[in-house]
Amino acid sequence: MPIPVEVMLKKKERFERDPDTIPADFHDELFRLEAEGELIVQRIPDGQPVVEVPTKYGRPKRVPKGHLWHHKSCGQCGHIPGYSTSIFWVMRKLGYDYEDPRDQTSCTAWNYYASATSNEAAQAAVALRNFATAYESGYFPLIHCGTSYGHYKEVRSELLRHPELRAQVRRVMDKLGKPMVLPEEIVHYSEWFYALRHEIAARQVRDFSGIAVTVHPACHYYKLVEGDAIYDPDVYGGQRTAVVTALAEALGAEVRTYSTWFDCCGFGFRHILVQRDFTRSFATIRKIEVMKEEADPDVVLTHDTGCVTTLDKSQFAAQAHGRNVGVAVMSEAQFAALAMGAHPYKVCQLHWHSADYRPLLEKMGIDWEKAWVEFETDVAKLERGEKEFLSWEDVDG
Amino acid sequence: MAERPRARGAAVKSEAVAGFDDVTYEEKRKLFEEVRSDLRFPDYLYGCYECGICVAVCPSARFYDFSPRRIAQAAARQDVELIYQQMQEDIWECSQCFSCLRCPRGNNPGGIVTIMREVAVNHGLASAKEALEGYSRIIYKIMSTGTQVSPDMLQPDAFPDWGPEVADVSNQLALWRRALPPETLHTTSTGWDVSDRTLIELYLIWLETGALDMIRDVDEGLHMILEEVMEERLEEEGIER
Ligand code: SF4
Ligand code: SF4
Repeated sequence: MPIPVEVMLKKKERFERDPDTIPADFHDELFRLEAEGELIVQRIPDGQPVVEVPTKYGRPKRVPKGHLWHHKSCGQCGHIPGYSTSIFWVMRKLGYDYEDPRDQTSCTAWNYYASATSNEAAQAAVALRNFATAYESGYFPLIHCGTSYGHYKEVRSELLRHPELRAQVRRVMDKLGKPMVLPEEIVHYSEWFYALRHEIAARQVRDFSGIAVTVHPACHYYKLVEGDAIYDPDVYGGQRTAVVTALAEALGAEVRTYSTWFDCCGFGFRHILVQRDFTRSFATIRKIEVMKEEADPDVVLTHDTGCVTTLDKSQFAAQAHGRNVGVAVMSEAQFAALAMGAHPYKVCQLHWHSADYRPLLEKMGIDWEKAWVEFETDVAKLERGEKEFLSWEDVDG
Repeated sequence: MAERPRARGAAVKSEAVAGFDDVTYEEKRKLFEEVRSDLRFPDYLYGCYECGICVAVCPSARFYDFSPRRIAQAAARQDVELIYQQMQEDIWECSQCFSCLRCPRGNNPGGIVTIMREVAVNHGLASAKEALEGYSRIIYKIMSTGTQVSPDMLQPDAFPDWGPEVADVSNQLALWRRALPPETLHTTSTGWDVSDRTLIELYLIWLETGALDMIRDVDEGLHMILEEVMEERLEEEGIER
């Protein structure tokens, strides 16, 4: 189904920017607290090129193109390393500098939403420690994980609203010898891809015009503290978040819609680890099967760690039960990297994925068998001790 | 009220508050007061229209006998008995997706669940112990290493339902990690290479905010191990608390 924008705009429950219900801009409180010396606001460094993007309630959001501090995702780095690698690769190809820090911790929110073995002061202190570290480096934070992004927006709301929480966190930060810092914007990597989509498309070397895509928008990206999320009147008529979709369209792919787009993926934080029967059922019955039936995509694109994991890994067991599943799943970062000519294994690391991505690669004109031999040849060099690691130069060789 | 359709044979929770007679009303009230006094609570509850929009969008309501509406209503009515029952029977079913933020009243039932879970953990309720059984390795990982998801968790016996690729990754792990071009990703036991100084700072956060102590009642053994790891490390650095 192509995107029925006209129908969406006629719906009774359509989203409209009602001037009476537009939430207050958090910047007012942020800058007030800065003026009172309560915290430091990290600005996008002077001289860095910035793209202004539209958000849900119309407030323009500034996204810096370069000089970014990559707040990595433990789920991406640990289990889907082609996700993070593709983000870095695309940024390098476009010529923007960045910092890949070792003094970063996970936001720890996956555990918090799974087990509640933490509290808001600890969660806020973890966030502010990372923000302070980015500030001290001079690079501006770019958040890879949708849950980190959602959680940090929540932390910011709580800190701006509750002086007692600020006082508690300040005591901890004093102990660490770090300042209280919040960035002027909390920026998700998918917003960077949205902002840079035309630059990415200008470097495209593979034709995606025959590729059909469905998009799963990540709950924690646009449902938590919704005012920060990008909504563009030119994408879905402004009815859904524009990230991922706008990029896929800029790359010439055909984005198709499906009825359960608003549903979560079934990740559940604890469920994906210790109650996977729920996760598998939800991901296949409410998402993958509906997509297959209504849109028959070549690939499912999403922009969060948990969603890629869930939608990709849940298909194997369902396939064994003869369900209507079997579609490639990846992040739009990997999709963009492939468009720009990235190696499917050395960069996009698709061998870490479960659902069959090979038919997609064939449609993209990629000889995956040859690519696999190339990867194995490089790995053999590591095995023989000829090299310790593969470098960025190696993966483009 | 029309009954909600549910899967055949699924366990159904009674509308009436049953059980937990062995817990005094005072004890239940104390737990509710803790939920209510959380500073986020007023931002998460503004009364309830009973419209059920939250239920319609809730993934957990589709597969469990779980309802964000019931969570919001019990909290709005300050129904101490029902809230206690929910803390023992319902809260761990929530997916924490926050789809229920679509509530026209501005409620956040998923957020209320987060607070209820925290109180359940803090007091070592049976539901929390049960929910965290088999989960302690993950808490150990995140609290002690600073990243939750590590490559070496991908073991075929832990994820038999994820397909044969898990075994491939696990067999080739060290080699495939060395094939990753970002220098921070060559690790196998953590998501990325976290610096020593950063870990010490993280330990201080867990200790200073009482986050570590939260798990004392749900998992005494884990608490002991983590406390030892952290205090030893801080002592080596000569950091006094
Ligand atoms: S956060 Fe919990 S209660 Fe809310 S929609 Fe998601 S699963 Fe349902
Ligand atoms: S959507 Fe909001 S108002 Fe409606 S039942 Fe749920 S909590 Fe109550």
